[in-house]
Amino acid sequence: MTATLPQVGLLKGLGVTLKTLLKKPTTQQYPHVKPDLPPRTRGVIALMEENCTVCMLCARECPDWCIYIDSHKETVPPKEEGARARTRNVLDRFAIDFALCMYCGICVEVCPFDALFWSPEFEYSTYSIRELTHEKEQLRKWMDTVPPPPELEVGAETPKEISDGLAAARKAAEASAAAAAPAAPAAAGGAAAGGAPAGGAAAAAPAAKKQEEDIHVEAQIDQEVYDQLIAEGKSERVARARAKAAYVRKEKARIRAEREGQS
Amino acid sequence: MTETMLPREGAGVVPGPPGESMLVEIRTGEQELSTQEMNLNVGPQHPATHGVLRIVLDLDGEKIVRAQPIIGYMHRGFEKLAEARDYRQIIALVNRHDWLSAFNNELGVAMAVERMMELEVPERAQWIRVLMAEWNRILNHLMFVGSFGLELGAITPVFFAFREREDIQHLMESATGGRLHFTYNRVGGLKEDLPRGFLKASKQLTKTIRVRNEEYRDLLFGNEIFVARTKGVGVLDPAVALDYGVTGPTLHASGVAEDVRVTEPYAVYDRLDVRVPVGTAGDSYDRFKVLLDRIDVSCDLIDQVIEGLPSGPVNVKLPKIVKAPEGATYVRTENPLGQTGYYLVSDGKKNPWRLKMRTPSFSNVQMIPHLLEGALLPDMIAILGSVFFVVGDVDR
Amino acid sequence: MDTSIFALDNAWLALLLKVVAVLAFFLVAPLVMGYMEHKVLGHMQARYGPMEAGLGPIKHGVGQLVADGLKFLQKEDIIPARADRWVFALAPGVALIPAMIILVVIPFGPGLWAEDLDTGVFFALAVSSVSVIGLLMAAWSSNNKYSLMGGIRAAAQLIAYELPLVLAAAAVVVQAGTLSLVGIVEAQHSFTAFGIPVPYAVPQLLGFLMFFTAALAELSRPPFDMPIADAEIIAGHMTEYTGIRFAFFMLSEYAGMVVMSALATVLFLGGWYLWPGVPLPSGWLGALLGFAITMGKITTLVFVMVWFRATFPRLREDQLQRFSWLILIPLALLQIVVVAVFKVLA
Repeated sequence: MTATLPQVGLLKGLGVTLKTLLKKPTTQQYPHVKPDLPPRTRGVIALMEENCTVCMLCARECPDWCIYIDSHKETVPPKEEGARARTRNVLDRFAIDFALCMYCGICVEVCPFDALFWSPEFEYSTYSIRELTHEKEQLRKWMDTVPPPPELEVGAETPKEISDGLAAARKAAEASAAAAAPAAPAAAGGAAAGGAPAGGAAAAAPAAKKQEEDIHVEAQIDQEVYDQLIAEGKSERVARARAKAAYVRKEKARIRAEREGQS
Repeated sequence: MTETMLPREGAGVVPGPPGESMLVEIRTGEQELSTQEMNLNVGPQHPATHGVLRIVLDLDGEKIVRAQPIIGYMHRGFEKLAEARDYRQIIALVNRHDWLSAFNNELGVAMAVERMMELEVPERAQWIRVLMAEWNRILNHLMFVGSFGLELGAITPVFFAFREREDIQHLMESATGGRLHFTYNRVGGLKEDLPRGFLKASKQLTKTIRVRNEEYRDLLFGNEIFVARTKGVGVLDPAVALDYGVTGPTLHASGVAEDVRVTEPYAVYDRLDVRVPVGTAGDSYDRFKVLLDRIDVSCDLIDQVIEGLPSGPVNVKLPKIVKAPEGATYVRTENPLGQTGYYLVSDGKKNPWRLKMRTPSFSNVQMIPHLLEGALLPDMIAILGSVFFVVGDVDR
Repeated sequence: MDTSIFALDNAWLALLLKVVAVLAFFLVAPLVMGYMEHKVLGHMQARYGPMEAGLGPIKHGVGQLVADGLKFLQKEDIIPARADRWVFALAPGVALIPAMIILVVIPFGPGLWAEDLDTGVFFALAVSSVSVIGLLMAAWSSNNKYSLMGGIRAAAQLIAYELPLVLAAAAVVVQAGTLSLVGIVEAQHSFTAFGIPVPYAVPQLLGFLMFFTAALAELSRPPFDMPIADAEIIAGHMTEYTGIRFAFFMLSEYAGMVVMSALATVLFLGGWYLWPGVPLPSGWLGALLGFAITMGKITTLVFVMVWFRATFPRLREDQLQRFSWLILIPLALLQIVVVAVFKVLA
C-alpha cells in the first residue's frame, strides 16, 4: 500500500463542501414550520360515525387486530302499519389502538360504507401508551382534517364514482332534452340514478338554465336586504353581493309572473 | 495472567539434556514471546454495524485472526406470522423485513400470489410497479452511499444522501401515503393510481438526482483518502461469492453480472433497457462504484417508464376473499440488496400454508468471516460498510 | 513594542493580570471556535446547526456550548469500578493544562503577550507534547479495550507527527534567527523574498502545509482522527469519560485548535501585522488592530480545520504513519536544507 499524496480529488471535495456552505440549508425548522404533507399521507385514521353500519369488516381485516368495536342491536318501529319491524346496529364503541396500528390502510380500503378515512394529522403523541387508544369521539374530530383526494394522473382510469356519476348525468341530460318544453323536472330522474350530487346538479342545471336564458335583469342593490345584512354585521362586500342577488331574483320572479299572467 | 513458573512447551527456553547443568537454548521466531489474542465483541450495539449484528473478533494487535458473526437479534418470526395472515395482510407485513426496499418486497409477494392464481395484471400496473421499484432502489442505494462514507469518517455525504432521500420519500408519499412502508401493491395490481403531477415531479427529480450523484463522485468517490481506504480492501473472489450465494451489487462488483431483471425479467423489465454495471476487482471501492452507477441506471429506467407508460386500469376485480389454489411457487426478484425469493405454498385457504423468504442480506452476511480474516480493524469497518445488508433482512 | 503590556512595576499585580488574561482567553476562545465549528459544519451539510439555544434575545444557537458546559457540570461523576482511580481522574487535566500553558508565550498583538521567552518556540512545542501523556493515561486507566486501542493509536500517531511539526518550525527558526515568538514576528515584518515583502508562508509554503497537517494530526482532527474514530471505537480514549472530565477533553481539543492555529499564525502568517512591511499605528489602536488581525488569521485557520473535518474521511493508521515517516519528514528536512542554503547565500 503506497502512501497517498494530496491531489486534485481532495480539492474537488473541498469545493463541494464550500459550495454547500454558501447555499441555503434545506432543513425545515419543524415546530416553527409545519411540513407540507400530500393528501394521501397516512397520518391517522378518522371515523365518520354516521356512515358506519358496524359490519366489523375493518376489525376483521386488520392484521394487528387493533380495532375494538362494540355494538348492540336496536329495533326500529316500521314506517307503515303492518310492515316488519327493522333491526339496526348501533355503534357503542369504536376504538383504534394506534400503539398497535401498522398504518397499512387495509381497514380504510375495505370499509364498504366509506366510514374510515386517512388524514395527514401526525401530531398526536402522548406521554403514556394507553392514551394512544383513541375512541370514536377523537376519531370523529379528526374527520375535519381529512383532505379531498387528489386528482389522478393522466392516463389513469377514472374512478368508478366519477364515471358512474358522469354516465348518469349524461342520461339525465338526454332524458330532459327529449322531454324538452314542459320544463319537466327530469332532475328527479337524475337524482334517482345514483344520488351522485354531480349527476343531479348536472341534470338540473341545463333544465333550469334554459328557462332563465331569455330574461335579462340589470343588477341593482335591493336596499332593504342590504340594510338588513349590514345590521346583522356582514361586511359591505358580502351585503352588496347578496343584495344584488336578491334584487335579481325578485325581478326575474316578477317578470316570470308577468309572462305567465300574460300567457 | 495465570502462568506457571516452569517454561511452557514451545516457549523460548528449552531445558538441556538430563544430568547436565541447566543448559538453556533460546529459540527465536514464532514460538517466541507469544502475545495474547484479544477477543473483541463488536455489537450488537455498535455504530458501524448496520443494526443489531454482533461480530466476535479475535484480534492480534489490530489484525483480525478470526471473525464470527452472530445473528438473530432481530428475529421477528415473519414466516410464522405470514401463516396467520391473509394475502392482503402479508403484503403489509413483508414491507418490513428489508425496510429499505419495501416496495420490492411487496412486489415479490404479490407476484407469487398472482402466479398461483394465474391473474393477469393490467399493463399500466406493471409499468407503475417498475417505476416504484426503481425509486425504491434509488432510496436504498442512497442510504448505503451515505452510511459508507459515515463509517469511513466522511460525515458530510450522509446528509446529502438523506436530503435526496427526503425528496424521493415525499414523492412516494404523494402516491402511496407512506414514506418507508408503502403497502401499495395488491394482488392483481396496485392499490390506486398515481396522483396528478407525479410523473412530472418524477422527471424533475431524476434530473436532480443525476446532478447530485456527480456531487457524490466529487466529494467522496474521487477523494484520495477514500480510495486509499477502500482499494484492495475486502477483495471478494467471484467463485467464492457464487459459492456463498451472494447476489446484488456485492456480486456485481466482483465482475459477475447476474441480475434477475435481465436473466428472468418480471413486470415489464424485458421491454426496458436494463444496464448492469459491474466492477473488476471486487474490493470495497468497486462495490461503492457499482452502487453509484446503479443509481444512474435506475434514473434511466424511471425516465424510460415515464416515456412508455400506457393508460388503463391498475387493478383487477378480486373476489371478496382471495384464496390461492393449492400448490407452490417460487418467485425471484432483484431487490436493491440482491436476489429475494419467496416460496409460497398454499393449501387452498385464504392464509398461506408456508411463506419461506430467501433474503439477500442473509447470504451476503455469510461471507463476512471470509472477508474479514487477515484484515485490519479499520478495514473491518470499510468491509462491513461495503457489504450491503439490512439486519431485518438477515433475521426476518 | 518590545515589552508586554503586563510589564508593570508591581510584579504580583502583573502576575495576577497575566493569569486572568490567559484564563479568560483560554475559556472564551474555544467556545467561540466551537460555535463556529457547529455552524460551519452544519451549513456545509445543508443544515442549520444549533438554532434554538440562545443567550437572551439572540438565538441561532449562540448559547449551545454554554448550555453544554452547564450540562456537563451537573452530571454524575462516574469512574468505572475496575479503573485506576487516580490516573483516570488526573488524565483530563494532564491533557488540558499544556494548552493553557502555551498561551502564555503566544503573542496576540503588539505588547499583547504574557511572557516573551527567549526559547518561545522550543517551549511551546515541548509543552504540547505533554498532552500525549494525558491521552495515554486516559486510555490505559479506563480498563476498556476500545479505550486501549484508541490510546495506542493516539500514542503512535502523535509521536509520528511531532517530528514534521518540529522540523517545519525549525525551518522558520533558521530563517528568523531567533527562537523567541515575538522575535519571529518582528523578523517576518522586515522579511523580503526577492525584494517583495512576504510572510514566511510564501517561500516556505511546503513548511506551512506540513506544519498545518502535523498540527491536525497532533490534535487528532480529521482526516487524522483514527484515535477517536467515532464509528469504530466509539470515542477512543474518551469512551469511559463523562461529565466535566469529558468536557475537559473536548475543551482541550478546541483549545488545542486555537493554540496550534495561533502558533501557525505567528510562525508562518506574519503574526499581528497585516502584511510584512505594513506598519501598525502605535498605542491602543495598534494593539487593538493587531489583536483583531491575529484573531482573524486564527479564525481562518480554524475554519480550514473545520472544512477538512466536513470533507475528508479518515486515514488508516498505517497510511497515517507512512504519510508521516515517508513523505512529511523527508520533505521537512529538505525544507530546512533549502532555507539554510538561502539564508547563508542571501
